[in-house]
Amino acid sequence: MLSLAIEAAFAMMSLALLFNLWRVVRGPDLPDRILALDTMYINTIALIVLYGVHEQSGFYFEAALLIAVMGFVGTVAVVKYLLRGDIVE
Amino acid sequence: MLVEIIVSLFLLIGAAFALIGSWGLVHLPDFYMRLHGPTKATTLGVGGMIVGSVIFFSTQGEGISLHELLITLFLFITAPVSAHMLAKAALHLQLERVEKTRDVARKNTSGPCGK
Repeated sequence: MLSLAIEAAFAMMSLALLFNLWRVVRGPDLPDRILALDTMYINTIALIVLYGVHEQSGFYFEAALLIAVMGFVGTVAVVKYLLRGDIVE
Repeated sequence: MLVEIIVSLFLLIGAAFALIGSWGLVHLPDFYMRLHGPTKATTLGVGGMIVGSVIFFSTQGEGISLHELLITLFLFITAPVSAHMLAKAALHLQLERVEKTRDVARKNTSGPCGK
């Protein structure tokens, strides 16, 4: 029951990541690509949490937390560059 | 058995929300609409996933496991901030929009983005 649900969730998350990749490649402007990358790291966090449940191991949460912090910093840095032409003023 | 059903339900709800948000990212017509889909749906998706994993690891016999909620807390704080900054960048670059996306700021003030 649980393993079947986990596999179905894996398939849905993979499809979601493929959608995000399509928007990264296709996206007509730079903010579209940044938004797609932002969505991609959030989906990756969900995928890592799912893998932790699949492996029944608690070690993956630190990785997910690290990706959350670094992804937010990366998004803010790129958007600051778009807005101001500089990251640290 | 009941725990398995509840955990499966939460994992599937989370994955479904993430999938719907990403489909919105592909399908919606312009950037301001596309901003709407993933920033709401994916945080809910991660939220459902994390609630499922909290229930799963809390019933493994090692006591209540709440440190996963840190991820949810952090995402719920940071996702609106990054969405706001992306919207500001899109207004700054004056991206193309479809007619249905209303532009209230331009009607009320003289500046391009209400400044």
